[in-house]
Amino acid sequence: MATFKDFRNHVKPNWCPGCGDFSVQAAIQRAAANVGLEPQDLAVVSGIGCSGRISGYINSYGFHGIHGRSLPIAQGVKMGNRELTVIASGGDGDGFAIGMGHTIHAIRRNIDITYIVMDNQIYGLTKGQTSPRSEFGFKTKSTPEGSVESAISIMEMALTAGATFVAQSFSSDLKELTALIEQGIEHKGFSLINVFSPCVTYNKVNTYDWFKENLTSLGDIEGYDPSNRMVAMQTLMQNNGLVKGLIYQDKEKQSYQELAHGYSEEPLAKVDLKISEDTFNELVVEFM
Amino acid sequence: MVDQLSWKVGGQQGEGIDSTGEVFSLALNRSGYYLYTYRHFSSRIKGGHTNNKIRVSTKEIRSISDDLDILVAFDQETIDVNHHELHEKGIIIADAKFNPTAPEGCKATLYAIPFTEIANELGTSLMKNMVAIGSTSAILGQSPEEYLEIIRDTYGRKGEKIVEKNMEAIKRGSDHFTELAGGPIDHLQLEKANGKRRMFMIGNDAISMGFLAGGVRFMSAYPITPASEIMEYMTKHLPKVGGAVIQTEDEIAAATMAIGANYAGVRTITSSAGPGLSLMMEAIGLSGMTETPLVIVDTQRGGPSTGLPTKQEQSDLMAMVYGTHGEIPKVVLAPSTAEEAFYDAIEALNIAEEYQCPVILLSDLQLSLGKQTVEPLDYSKIEVRRGKLDPKAELPELDTKEYYKRYELTEDGVSPRVIPGMKYGIHHVTGVEHDETGKPSEVAVNRQKQMDKRLRKLENLNLPNSVHKNVKHEEADLLIVGFNSTRGGIEEALPRLEADGLKVNHAHIRLIHPFPTEELKPLVESAKKVVVIENNATGQLAKVIKTNLGDLDKIESVLKYDGNPFLPSEIYNQSRSCSGWQHLKTFVTM
Repeated sequence: MATFKDFRNHVKPNWCPGCGDFSVQAAIQRAAANVGLEPQDLAVVSGIGCSGRISGYINSYGFHGIHGRSLPIAQGVKMGNRELTVIASGGDGDGFAIGMGHTIHAIRRNIDITYIVMDNQIYGLTKGQTSPRSEFGFKTKSTPEGSVESAISIMEMALTAGATFVAQSFSSDLKELTALIEQGIEHKGFSLINVFSPCVTYNKVNTYDWFKENLTSLGDIEGYDPSNRMVAMQTLMQNNGLVKGLIYQDKEKQSYQELAHGYSEEPLAKVDLKISEDTFNELVVEFM
Repeated sequence: MVDQLSWKVGGQQGEGIDSTGEVFSLALNRSGYYLYTYRHFSSRIKGGHTNNKIRVSTKEIRSISDDLDILVAFDQETIDVNHHELHEKGIIIADAKFNPTAPEGCKATLYAIPFTEIANELGTSLMKNMVAIGSTSAILGQSPEEYLEIIRDTYGRKGEKIVEKNMEAIKRGSDHFTELAGGPIDHLQLEKANGKRRMFMIGNDAISMGFLAGGVRFMSAYPITPASEIMEYMTKHLPKVGGAVIQTEDEIAAATMAIGANYAGVRTITSSAGPGLSLMMEAIGLSGMTETPLVIVDTQRGGPSTGLPTKQEQSDLMAMVYGTHGEIPKVVLAPSTAEEAFYDAIEALNIAEEYQCPVILLSDLQLSLGKQTVEPLDYSKIEVRRGKLDPKAELPELDTKEYYKRYELTEDGVSPRVIPGMKYGIHHVTGVEHDETGKPSEVAVNRQKQMDKRLRKLENLNLPNSVHKNVKHEEADLLIVGFNSTRGGIEEALPRLEADGLKVNHAHIRLIHPFPTEELKPLVESAKKVVVIENNATGQLAKVIKTNLGDLDKIESVLKYDGNPFLPSEIYNQSRSCSGWQHLKTFVTM
């Protein structure tokens, strides 16, 4: 059986020392081993940005796509081979700015993949511009007088879009993050895990210390019930979205694959590509 | 007796004009006639003039006709808009309800028949269409019984009573015309067809069927005119073979999802028209860079921007050849008939996998939506070629954590391909320039080698019949060149030009890119004049030809971009004068 070491490759990440993304990489590797995957059973699809490089740093099948499109690519991979475990990943700019349209629709489509967002509230790779997760008033190269746009409340949005698995975590908490990724992989449907992953180079506000001070752990809220959507929404709003843990999970709803009419149990990548002459003749007769 | 005639039904959109044409044409198709139909419609659901022009012949036809024999009108606008197409012995049958009048100068004979009134007597005005079909059958001297089978197929599930009512409507329409005109119209008696049953389908149906037969098991797409029928067909049929269709949030998702599924190893397609293709450009680049097979159908319509969504045009050619930033190998395949569209859909899938690159299956509105008779399709010709992919292969063990050389530098430029799930096949895929294992690399030597590898892949593409050649003359006065749906019109213009004493050859380009220069060259060289027929305003195919063969003075363009297909007579007249509607030399710059 594979261990987390089997999910390591020889590529040295080009992230800055101290970047939150290192923990996310480690958490994915541990979670993959913990749920019993072999490297060839996992496909990691990522977008563009610092965090987008993650698919190249894990010893598994990896697809580093284009900016904002990790989700449609990942959904395609899963539809093509439902036996694969598919993880989509990228940054908050990738998923909630250029890729927001895909994010909302991936959530409501509920294909069985896990989406891990490395949320640093800034554009790092382009050297420090505002992101859709930057707080109002946040000063960046593109907002020198402070951002006048509101930050997206992504967890609340996911709930309203019909998400069946919504979780949030923090790079410093490798144990919780690993556990949430495991749960996300095992969840039958689309799982969204937003990870506060501090950018040590360009975000001097939302630092490791800042998150430690401001994040509320759902485990500390007595009787918190992640199956209650209303409570989930209320808790998020009470805490300005700054919570960590499993926020919401609907274990009842079936995934897209289970609901899709006629969709083969056998992975499509393995089904016979030929149609029989009888089937062909039936197709012909429809036009006669 | 005549061997062909043309019939048109018109009225307000939403009035059942399409189903009138459908019943008429299906009945004739089953009698063994060749048909070609073209719909005039607008981008709205109810209201606005619409018409369906149907050409019937005992011989194969692939073009709309120059003129019109019979016009069926459900409103005055239909007469006003279409009467000029009628020749002087033409017939108008119109609903008496609106007191139809023939416009000044119209020499066709008008018969007012109470379509609506008769239908109302039978219980519902909806059946006015069947009354009109009945009157048509009387003109042609057909027995109403010839429609029984198709009426039964169309309305049988609604009960025998409905079938009877519709048949009654047809009989009443027939009787009424016979009473009025005293019998069938002599010069509109069709020669008997041979009774052979053939397929009758739109180009989009043929493309879809080709995909299904060619192994497509997944499709991601976004609705758009005139491509949606492909998605609808696949939605109906893919679940029967275990496949699925996802209607995505936009065309960006459609194309990138298709890339994901192709990467996973399932034959996946997407289809769209110009505006959607514009959104797919980044995906086309990703497919080219990551060497992931991708087949996209572009059903061209009037551009630019939203343009003329329901009208014929061929103006995406340059965008398809050059579209996406950077430089990638790409194939653009342009079938010219529904039959060929079936086989080319399969071929596109094979090329995409063999060469691991994007393939554009280029169609146009006339081909995609024009309904035509198709000769029997050959099951034995369906083949699946996956190139250097064997999904069942057992790969040799790799040294610990070494990546598989998915982008190995090979002589033919095509690297071995594996799919996720295969042991010892792990590699990286990225749109960033990469080395043989897929790892990002900016090393100059590597960049050059990988770029050369990708770009040399298509050097080995040797597609038979990449140009359809109808060459009767070693030396020709004229070489007529076209692509996609103009083929039928050109084929009809040819004998007329020959009858004038001109020696004319015809070349129809099937492989737009990489351009089949060597195949076309001798034909161009042996012609005094080359006329390039295109449904666009800037002569895009002519430019491509000049790019590849040289800026020859003898190449001229005949262009039409008013939203309508070429008529054979237009091709004849314009080719004959050899001057085109517009000389392009003043602003052709490549």
